[in-house]
Order: sequence, then structure tokens, then C-alpha cells
Amino acid sequence: MSVRRYHSQLRQGAAERRAETHPLTWRLREDGTMVGLEEYVEKKGYAAVREVLNHRTADDVIKTMKEANVRGRGGAGFSAGVKWSLTMKGPDIPRGYLVCNADEMEPGTFKDRLLLEQQPHLLIEGMILAGYANDSCFGYIFLRGEYLEAARAVQRALDEARAAGWLGADIAGSGFDFDIALHSGAGRYICGEETALINSLEGRRANPRDKPPFPGQSGAWGKPTVVNNVETLCNAPGVMHHGAQWYQELSGELSDDGGTKLYGVSGKVNMPGLWELPIGTPASELLERAGGMRDGRTLKTWLPGGGSTGFLLPEHLDSPLDFDSIGKLGSRLGTGLLTVVNEDQSVLALVRNLEQFFARESCGWCTPCRDGLPWTVKLLQALERGEGEPRDIEMLDKLADDLGPGKTFCAHAPGAAMPLQSALKYFRDEFERGVTNPAGVTHDEPMPVGEA
Amino acid sequence: MTESARRIASDAEGFILEAEDRRAIAQERDHYEQPQAACIEALKIVQRRHGWVPDAAIPAIAEVLGVGPADVEGVATFYSLIFRQPVGRHVILICDSSSCFLNDYEELRDALSERLGIGFGQTTADGRFTLLPVCCLGACDRGPALMIDDHTYGPVDPGDVADLLEGYA
Repeated sequence: MSVRRYHSQLRQGAAERRAETHPLTWRLREDGTMVGLEEYVEKKGYAAVREVLNHRTADDVIKTMKEANVRGRGGAGFSAGVKWSLTMKGPDIPRGYLVCNADEMEPGTFKDRLLLEQQPHLLIEGMILAGYANDSCFGYIFLRGEYLEAARAVQRALDEARAAGWLGADIAGSGFDFDIALHSGAGRYICGEETALINSLEGRRANPRDKPPFPGQSGAWGKPTVVNNVETLCNAPGVMHHGAQWYQELSGELSDDGGTKLYGVSGKVNMPGLWELPIGTPASELLERAGGMRDGRTLKTWLPGGGSTGFLLPEHLDSPLDFDSIGKLGSRLGTGLLTVVNEDQSVLALVRNLEQFFARESCGWCTPCRDGLPWTVKLLQALERGEGEPRDIEMLDKLADDLGPGKTFCAHAPGAAMPLQSALKYFRDEFERGVTNPAGVTHDEPMPVGEA
Repeated sequence: MTESARRIASDAEGFILEAEDRRAIAQERDHYEQPQAACIEALKIVQRRHGWVPDAAIPAIAEVLGVGPADVEGVATFYSLIFRQPVGRHVILICDSSSCFLNDYEELRDALSERLGIGFGQTTADGRFTLLPVCCLGACDRGPALMIDDHTYGPVDPGDVADLLEGYA
């Protein structure tokens, strides 16, 4: 049989990856199997934990993370150090929780899977450091239910780390107690939203919570709770081991953001995959590493970091892939994994696919999201069939606006609005070609919720 | 007790939570500050044994966790990987998100659907397969991708569907 089992894979060989330049991936094995405890420790693993827990204060860790400017790799790009400085701590405040968001479900994103499957000890080390900095009593790895191979790797690593004294009471003789449990999900994209994730962790429906209070003030079970993405946490050991300046220098002139980024490319390219590169690497270089477009086609448009980011054009390829540069172009870096579209592929159809996804995955809590997204899908389907009316495009403009920031509890609807709004801006002709109905003839009313 | 709670409670008659599952759920409960947090894992434990979560299992789980049946029911109806009707011996989850879509996922979906004679949410008459869509499987570099039970495959050529299914009796 020619169908292969899927295993996460980095495109860079061992020869290219070094401790000083590839903090996230230099320890990975050439055969892609998990780096176990013994090998991890041989390769300087848990050195940062030993050093920090015994010789540095929590405030010092936060200061270093701030100086390094580690920006949240889950997509929002919020400084991890700043987030940690906002966690409530003190003698009268109960110790809270450190939660790793491993609910990777953003369309086009396959980076955390690599770290979870092949190097869970790096994540555990990062979580211990984050737990120490935030005075957390316990950590959870919130892993999406479909990542079964990752679940096995993480569980093995947790058991190994606990047996070796890296988890539990008095870690590395420092007096700091911290342990981690694996919490496996049961589907639903919305669980990746920080406050929905906390509800899901508590065993409730994954509806987001209103903010404030922010999780750092009152999160899981009302305790201060820090939620960080897998890749963000995996950056902490390198930062604490080598220092903020080293981390800043990794990206050097390329970006004000520090460090490296796990970038990826998918779509019809010759070599889709993952690479660890300095943050701020131009998109053109990434596309080149991916071997360019397949079948001699040309690039039409690209999403910089998942389904909830805005479309960009070939002329934007020289832009550094960092949070501020992509933000200035009207999109978002998101997860930093490019989805490319060639000239034969319909943006209208892709947007319909994306909005179907967002409509299905809406938790239903807020009206614009619950009702606006199925309506959006309905209009897009009409245009795709060539049965649209002129007012449909105006209605999509309005929906994109009504789904935007500030109108719902969480970022689900604004995320859905981004590809829609940018497609209407750059590829309006595709929408207009779907308008064939004479004005005044209406198609069916929007479908009921959940049937889009 | 409300009418619906009474109905759920009466459904519990006839459903036996195996002692082993009861112990496993109790153990999960200890990982959290409050027992409700073990709810999703408890549903998964029941599903592993029965293939799905019958209505009658809800009050049984609620009783072990010490929470209301409505709380368990609310969770059981929210999450896409908790099945509330019988499924086939093997569950096929096809990724229908953007990268797979751009890699001709629709052709794969149609090939599977035709081969099995079922659409999304349906189970083959012989009880062998259930077909469901799933959020981005994180296998975008090898799309179109799908999962059958515990394994992820990709890229899956529509022409290879018959061979792939052969491995699942």
C-alpha cells in the first residue's frame, strides 16, 4: 500500500541545526523519534531548570523573558514576560496553575505537533520555568484529543521526568514543588481560546469567558492561571540558559522580536514542511526553502499564519515574518505557517471553506458569531454557484465588519472576519463574478444555526 | 428534580459502569481541584469500552463525579469526539480544513463516500465504518490527510482509498 502513516518531520537536517542557533530543534533526532530523558539531559537538558530554581528569583526570570521579548507563538504575539508579570502573586493569594495550550487546530498549522511528539522534555522544562516564574502549584498540558502520538510521547516524558526528580517535590534540591498532568481534549477548535480552554479544563462546555478578570487574576477554579502556547514555553529554557541578549541576537537585524520561529509552508508547493529560522525571516526565503510552487504554477495569494489571518499578495513576500511587519500589512503573523494558493485555485472557494470551518466551530455564545458565520457561508455558497445578487457582496462587507474585534467575547469571529475581509479587498472580482441574479430576486433565507 | 432530570435518571437503569472504568474515572478525578474536570475523560473512558456514550451512561458518570447529570449531558453534547449514537468499528476522520482543501480534499472525501456508500455522520450498513469531518489535523505538509482510529495518514490519494480501508476489518 502506498499510503503512509503521518509523522511530524522537520525539513532541516542535523548538520544545519546547532545549539546556538536552533534552540527549539537542535536536539531532534535525525530519524524523527522522540528524544528521551537520557539523551535530553546529555544535550544540556534541564540545565536551565537546575540553574534557575537554585540561583535566580521568579522576578528575574520574568525580567529576562521580557528583555528577550519572547512573543506568544500561539498567534496573538503577546509578550510572554509581560503576561507573566501580570499574574497575581503574593502571600495572601493562592498559588494557581500553569496551562500549556497544546490544542493545535488552527487551519494550516502543524508546528506544535513536532515539538510534542519529538521533544516533550523541552516543553516540560519550559513549563517548570514558567511555573516557577508564576508561582504556579501545578501544570496542565491541554492536548487536543486527536494528537494520540503526542499524548504517548508527553506521557512518557512526564513519567521519566517525575522518576528523575524533575517533577514533584523539591525539584533539583531547590525547594520548589511542581508537577504536571496531561489533559486530553475531545475536539472543538474553540478550546484553543484561552478562557474557553480554562472552561474545558474544568470539565465544562468550551464557551469563552468575559474579560476582565483575566486568567492571570482569576482563571482555573478562580486561581491565577497562565496559559501559554507549546512553542512559547519551549523558548523559555534557551532564554534562561543563554540569556536575553543571545535570544535577541538570534533574529539580529531581521526583527525587533527575539529568537527563532518554527515556520512552515503548506499548499501546492514542491516541499511543504517545517523549518526553524530566525524570527523575521522574509516569506520569500521560506517559500524558496519549500521548493517554490508545484507543477510550474505561480503564487496567487498566501495566508501568513493560519485560517484566521488575512490574505497577502505575492508583492508582500519580501516582508519579514514577524508580528509587527505582518500586522502593518493588515494581516497577522498568527502561527507563522504559510498557506499558499496558486493561480488555478479559487479564493472564493477557499474563503467559503474557511468560513464553513469557523461557522461549524463557533461555540454559539455570541450572536454575531453564531448567526453571522452561517449567514456568511450561505452568501459565499450562492456566489460560488453563480447565483449571487449584487447586495450579497455588500452584505459580506457588513458581516466582515460586524464579526470584527470588540463585538464578541473572544477572537473567534474576528479571526473568521480576517480572511473574508482581505479576500473582499484583494479578490473582489472573484466575488463579483458570482453575481448573476437580477437584482430583486432573492434566494433562500439563511440556514438555521449549525447547518451551514 | 425536573422532568428531564428524572428522565435521564430513569434511563440509567440498565447501564452498568464497569468497576474498572469506575476506578479509572475516580483516578482521573484526583488530577483536579474539582471532580467536574474529569468529566471529559470519564466520557472518553465510557466511549472506549462501548464505542459511544449512551444516554444511560450520563447519570452513571454524574454519580461517580458527584455532579448533576445535566452538567455531564451539557459537556457530552458539546465535544465533537464524544459520540452520542453508535458508530462503526472504525471511525474515519477526514480533515476538511484549508490546507487539505487546497490539496484536493474534496476528491478524497468523494472517493471515500462513494466507496463506503455513506456521507458524513453515517455508518456503513455492516457497522464497519463511520465517516466524519474533523478540524485541521496538523498534517498540512502531507495533505490531504485523514485519521482512522488511532492513526493519521497523508497524503491520501483517492485511488488508494480501497487499499487503505482493507487494513480495517
